[in-house]
Amino acid sequence: MYGYGGSILRVNLTSGEIRREPLPQDLARDYLGARGFGAYLLYREVPPGAAPRGPENRLYISAGPLSGLLVAGAGKCDITTKSPLTGGYAGASVGGLLSAELKYAGIDVIAIEGRAPRPTYLYIDDDRVELRDATAYWGKGSLTTEKALKEALGESFQIATIGPAGESGVAYACISHDFGRQAGRGGVGAVMGAKNLKAVAVRGTRSIPVAQLERYRELARAMYAACKAAPGLEAWQKYGTAGVTTWANEIGAFPTRNFRSGFFEDHSNLSGETMRSTIVVTDKACFGCPSPCGKYSFVRKYGVRVEGPEYETTALIGGNCALSDIEDVAYANHVCDELGLDTISAGNAVAFAIECYEHGIISKADTGGLELRFGDVDVVCALLRQIAAREGLGAVLGLGVRHAAATFGRGSEAFAMQVKGMEMSGYESRHAPSMLLSYMTCDVGAHHNRSWAITYDITRGRDAVTPDKAAKVIELQHIRPLFDCLGACRLQWVELGLDLGHYAPIVEAITGLPRTWDDLLTISERVWNLTRLYWFREVPGFGRAWDAPPPRTYLEPVETGPTAGKRISREDAERLLDMYYEQRGWDHDGRPTPAKLAQLGLAAL
Amino acid sequence: MHLHAESARCSGCRACQLACSLHLFGENNPKKSALAIVPHFPDPGTFEVRVCTQCGACADACPTGAILQNEHGAYYINAGECTGCLTCVEACPEQVIFTHADREAPFMCDACGDCIAVCGMDVLSLR
Repeated sequence: MYGYGGSILRVNLTSGEIRREPLPQDLARDYLGARGFGAYLLYREVPPGAAPRGPENRLYISAGPLSGLLVAGAGKCDITTKSPLTGGYAGASVGGLLSAELKYAGIDVIAIEGRAPRPTYLYIDDDRVELRDATAYWGKGSLTTEKALKEALGESFQIATIGPAGESGVAYACISHDFGRQAGRGGVGAVMGAKNLKAVAVRGTRSIPVAQLERYRELARAMYAACKAAPGLEAWQKYGTAGVTTWANEIGAFPTRNFRSGFFEDHSNLSGETMRSTIVVTDKACFGCPSPCGKYSFVRKYGVRVEGPEYETTALIGGNCALSDIEDVAYANHVCDELGLDTISAGNAVAFAIECYEHGIISKADTGGLELRFGDVDVVCALLRQIAAREGLGAVLGLGVRHAAATFGRGSEAFAMQVKGMEMSGYESRHAPSMLLSYMTCDVGAHHNRSWAITYDITRGRDAVTPDKAAKVIELQHIRPLFDCLGACRLQWVELGLDLGHYAPIVEAITGLPRTWDDLLTISERVWNLTRLYWFREVPGFGRAWDAPPPRTYLEPVETGPTAGKRISREDAERLLDMYYEQRGWDHDGRPTPAKLAQLGLAAL
Repeated sequence: MHLHAESARCSGCRACQLACSLHLFGENNPKKSALAIVPHFPDPGTFEVRVCTQCGACADACPTGAILQNEHGAYYINAGECTGCLTCVEACPEQVIFTHADREAPFMCDACGDCIAVCGMDVLSLR
């Protein structure tokens, strides 16, 4: 099949059976790749009600049709599973070189089921696929493990691994790759850990066939030329996502002290400019990317190296825990990376615990004598280590802030910043209704990557609670996750302004299947509705209440900064949901209507 | 005319290698490219780019005279004359003559410049 690796690699860790199946052509036609493959296979293959950490749950590591090809940013890999954090759908995206290498090994999807009897890693060298003993690596950090596996197998192997947090079952453990890239969200690393799977190592040496070679080469050249000519290229290459920090503070969107504020008084210490001039040593790209957001840093104060911190980490470990030194943030980032913790959820969990402590909801009796306070890197790192080990307070915090709030009670539910059980990423949204709606309706929980609509709030007017805001969120929820189906990065479009008109022709030239942009968007809408159906199937009583924003957003005004005094009313949040459901073709409870499912070819589900 | 690389600017994306394999063989395969990206991670965290300097050591070493110069003065391996002895691979001081299981003859950079156009970091140039 043109543009695809051509196979699904099935690995049963319980029995040790490994087999390759041809990639079904209708799967590629209807679900495109990567996120689409994961969502479909999860829905069809994992039995309803499966325990996320049980052997019946599966982990799908998938490439898309653009992965590994000469397309700007074609280095994205999707990891899908049933989430131990939320109990619903988890689809995490990771950059680096993994999905390209899978394609060169002739693989589109690795479907992993069962549970290995002992610590194991999956070894793939083209057609040679083995389950190998990983006892020597168990307990080791993600960075340490990746380095050790590369030393043992060779630099040309690409590694995806978990750290101690994945082994201990932290509900937001990530899967790490390429010394600093993470499939961060939803606890995909905990699923890997529950399967006794420490790592995946892959090397491929094959060529990926394309349907229309010369047309593809011409389109590829045009795409790279457009990226290189983009006015925003230089700044993006210099600062990457860290360039967002200053702007986020200027608009009052920078999560600060557990989202009490959208402005951090010491933000200039954490800015992209500060970072670039003090700690960055190398620009580090994912596969095929002309505009690398990866900034590899050396943190002198601690003598460690880390990729980042990127914006989300600076927001949630920096502002949200009130750390005011970029070197402290970078060090905590390094600690998270080695432990295998998602910095977004971990930053939320730490800030939540500190606020609970400030309110007297928990005390030194709960923290093992630790005095919790904002702005203290030692406190942050001590909690991160407790979380990864699931010891002390970490036993509770490691299951996420929803669980922690249910355990601690006493009003802490109001400031547990989560939707559907997933902690909120880096945009304080009380004065940004479409961004808040993005968080409410995102199909993994409170994550920004499906719809980053805050710029629309600013251009359209931040107070407006109007149908066009719901329309914008829906539009973004189709375009952005489409990139996750293609196995490519959206940031050339978002940050460089690369015309979306580049994509359908090159997909067509690569795969040979006639596709318009609207065809591709329809696939994306199909996947969006499928993940919604998955939530309804898996979570008892699922519906509208699961799309509610965290109570802090409507109970408490922002404390300081440009948005001080602002909050959204509960009524406005509900109005946004009404508009959104109606435009989506969903009923009042947020369930896709039969007509919508029929329109998308999902009626049989 | 030879390819020059400023390693300190490289971000390791490998688009150059794809452009190279597309030029040499019409295939998408970084393992069939004629330049090397060597990552040094996690420590010190740098990329090393190795490219052909057109020094000619390969042509001097080739026992069958299979390595010739094209119209730009760049060396290339005439696969018809190559016996696959890999003496050139050993002789290359930059380690940029490559082999692949699909091919009997090794392959090397012919200074076409296709890699330059897809490098977002302006690492590569022809000099």
